Amino acid sequence: MKASRRVTVIAGVLVAGCMLASVALVHHLDQVRTGASLEEVLYIPSPKALKRMSLGYDGLLADVYWTRAVQYFGTKHRVGAKRYDLLAPLLEITTYLDPQLVVAYEYGSNFLAPAPPNGAGMPRRAIDLQEYGIRNNPNEWRLYYELGFIYYMDLKDYAGATEAFARGTRVPNAHPFLRLLAGQMAEHAGDLQTARMMWTATYQTSTETAIRANAAAHLRALQVDEDVTRLEALVASYREQTGHFPASFSELEAAGILRGTPVDPLGHPYKLMPNGRVEVRSPDDFPFIQKGAPPGYVPPEAPKVLPTD
Amino acid sequence: MNGRIVHIASNTFREAVRDRVLYNLIAFALLMSGAAILIGQISINIERLVVINLGLTAVSLFGIVIAIFIGIGLVSKEIEKRTLYTVLSRPVRRWEFIVGKFFGLACTLVVNTVFMAIGVFGALLYVSHHFQTADGWVLVALYFIILQFLIITSLALLFSSFSSPLLAAVFAFSLFVIGTFAEDLRGFAALTQGFTRWLATGAAYIVPNFSALNVISSVAHQQPVAGQLIFYNTCYALIYTAMALCGAVLIFEHRNLK
Repeated sequence: MKASRRVTVIAGVLVAGCMLASVALVHHLDQVRTGASLEEVLYIPSPKALKRMSLGYDGLLADVYWTRAVQYFGTKHRVGAKRYDLLAPLLEITTYLDPQLVVAYEYGSNFLAPAPPNGAGMPRRAIDLQEYGIRNNPNEWRLYYELGFIYYMDLKDYAGATEAFARGTRVPNAHPFLRLLAGQMAEHAGDLQTARMMWTATYQTSTETAIRANAAAHLRALQVDEDVTRLEALVASYREQTGHFPASFSELEAAGILRGTPVDPLGHPYKLMPNGRVEVRSPDDFPFIQKGAPPGYVPPEAPKVLPTD
Repeated sequence: MNGRIVHIASNTFREAVRDRVLYNLIAFALLMSGAAILIGQISINIERLVVINLGLTAVSLFGIVIAIFIGIGLVSKEIEKRTLYTVLSRPVRRWEFIVGKFFGLACTLVVNTVFMAIGVFGALLYVSHHFQTADGWVLVALYFIILQFLIITSLALLFSSFSSPLLAAVFAFSLFVIGTFAEDLRGFAALTQGFTRWLATGAAYIVPNFSALNVISSVAHQQPVAGQLIFYNTCYALIYTAMALCGAVLIFEHRNLK
């Protein structure tokens, strides 16, 4: 073999060997540094400094920060995290860089407001974000809807929700259901029916699969809560008449109190327990139910996602 | 435009087109437009925004890099290769040489921008499946980017007419960065007092106003661009370019080439 050819072969083998070794080392380093997660670092926390550093290309930087916020929330949500320390700053930077990025207000408040594990549990920060969005986009009716939604669902502040929906009705081209919601809220705040109306509105007006799936899950949970309340009332009525709990739903049918075996929104029959409680067969399929779960049931850290209806 | 300027411009254009670095930069800009599609998919509801923001930013930044790095070599290369003496020994005036070089590079940049814009619109069509009327504003943003290129090219020529290529590149790029803060600079100047105020205000008005020429973010949101802004930006860019070119001509006319 000629000297130059020998050098070529040795150098080629060394390049390939070193590359493989470096990849293997990076893999090992990642395993050693699991605690030192880089995702919890915000190198430049000042939105103003970032805007100046963008050299006028702030729209692109806002897109980058929005993507980072989505990835940050998604990664933590998947493992059922309880803390989302960087979420609010990431959203604030995003919206400061591009105040017209309506999607960041809409979805950002959905990430921020709900209590963990469904969100960051920061409804006040979500309200600040929405108000900032409304100041910069006063004609976006969706932002008023989201604001009212946070007041209603996460803070149970029905007066605040009513006011937010009422402000939204004054926006040109506002969706008609805002007027309905404002009226319903004023008269029946806290009703199951009002909650159903709000989730139905979210389901019908959103085009985003994840938001629609979340709304559908909440609607199913409301249906379960309503079914369980009604069925337990029937069981109590049967007990008053007979002095004992029914062994199955067929006894209620035979007594003419119930027609057919009741099923949950996914089509599975409800379970009637010996103590008269009514439970769903698979509580993991209904992450937001208030009733119908077995006593001592511990929900999974990350809510189970089902396909939308 | 006289024939000599056209000849110099066409030669400059041909020379620039032969430069392999140029193709690498265009390919990279097109790649970034394509990458915008992937970035849009890992986020929520911003596919279209990312394509426009990333695509136009790539067109703008790569165009500025091309304008600076080719612009600074236009005069110095000719001196280094001693081809300038051959040109000037013919009935070609020095100002014609500078103006011809400018138009040659400006033409190159316009052609590049057209190619990169096709990439951006292709990516936009891929994510949106159809064009909307508001997408027409992207053309206005591209027009403003070309106006930026004209200013940068003239500045690169101005600096290369009296300094080394490296210094000319540093000066041109620094002025681009300062120019993006032009509106902030005027705001800071308003906060000062007395002589400092005069000095700061003067400096703030002399640096090129690139901030008004950047409408990428607003067109990404489908917001219209006012006709008045288009008119004033056009006038401003042409006047500023003419000023920098005249400065380059003035210096080059008196430069000792022996």
